[in-house]
Amino acid sequence: MSVPKDRWLDRDAGPVVRPYAVTMGRTVPASGSYAGLTDVVTAVADGGIPAGAHLSRVHRRILGHCRQPITVVDLASDMDLPVGVVRVLLGDLSQYGALRVVAPPRGHETNERLLRNVLDALQAL
Amino acid sequence: MHYRHSDTVEAEVVPAAAKILIAGGFGAGKTTLVGAISEIRPLRTEETLSDRSIGVDDVSGVDSKTTTTVAMDFGRITFRTDLRLYLFGTPGQERFWFMWDDLTFGAVGAVVLADTRRLADCFAAVDYFEHRATPFLVAVNCFDGAPRYQPEDVRIALDLAPDTPVVLFDARQRESVKKVLIALVRYAITKISGDPAYQGRPLRS
Repeated sequence: MSVPKDRWLDRDAGPVVRPYAVTMGRTVPASGSYAGLTDVVTAVADGGIPAGAHLSRVHRRILGHCRQPITVVDLASDMDLPVGVVRVLLGDLSQYGALRVVAPPRGHETNERLLRNVLDALQAL
Repeated sequence: MHYRHSDTVEAEVVPAAAKILIAGGFGAGKTTLVGAISEIRPLRTEETLSDRSIGVDDVSGVDSKTTTTVAMDFGRITFRTDLRLYLFGTPGQERFWFMWDDLTFGAVGAVVLADTRRLADCFAAVDYFEHRATPFLVAVNCFDGAPRYQPEDVRIALDLAPDTPVVLFDARQRESVKKVLIALVRYAITKISGDPAYQGRPLRS
């Protein structure tokens, strides 16, 4: 059995086009900041895309997917795109004003309330 | 790796999403646990290889390769449309540790899976969560044929703090996994309510 020259391209490697090709090689969002995994993304209904902004097919698919609020991980999972790629594209769309990224509220009381809600829900499973 | 979060705005209604990490060595039962209680979701992440991983991975012959694809154990429990629990299996191999800070940020807590046949495999995870002050418990997966130990023995072997819960469970059993998650959330609540200074502070370095 011959050993593949590139051991990264085995059966589990996924699409042969490397995912970062979708971002044109960019691995860091244009703004330099990353959306958190459980940040909630919502397309802005009347978000005007600036003239000259380049929106790819994948950008548009993302916009279509987040008409309702959705977390970054669910978006990546639904679209079958790696999280890192989604973050870069979200960065573009956020800069264009086409969507909003909202971090979950944090703080002592918020965390405790969330935990108690999760506890109740788990017990009721 | 340094991360910064996006500038964000407060929304009136944000669907609440809690995040629990499932850590432990390779084969400790992370995938089994996630599958026993939650809806398994495909999740990949394409990450740039860190300096650390370049030393660990054999990257000879792949000179131009600077990213790696990681398939993650990711499960979701939708309690209500406005309340979800996400379970993330943390990639165990050392070369993926650069992802841990990202996963841990904002997490409710962590389950460290222990296999008594290879207890040392979970040292790293215990150290990590102790250092980050992330509430965690140790869940001993009772594999068929593995030696049974009392929780106290495991506590001593792992040098755990007296209040860190140690539970015995079976990762294949939904009810058993549910009890583990409930124990973790209860413990996290005592940590929060017992420590007013706790703010769920950002865990990123």
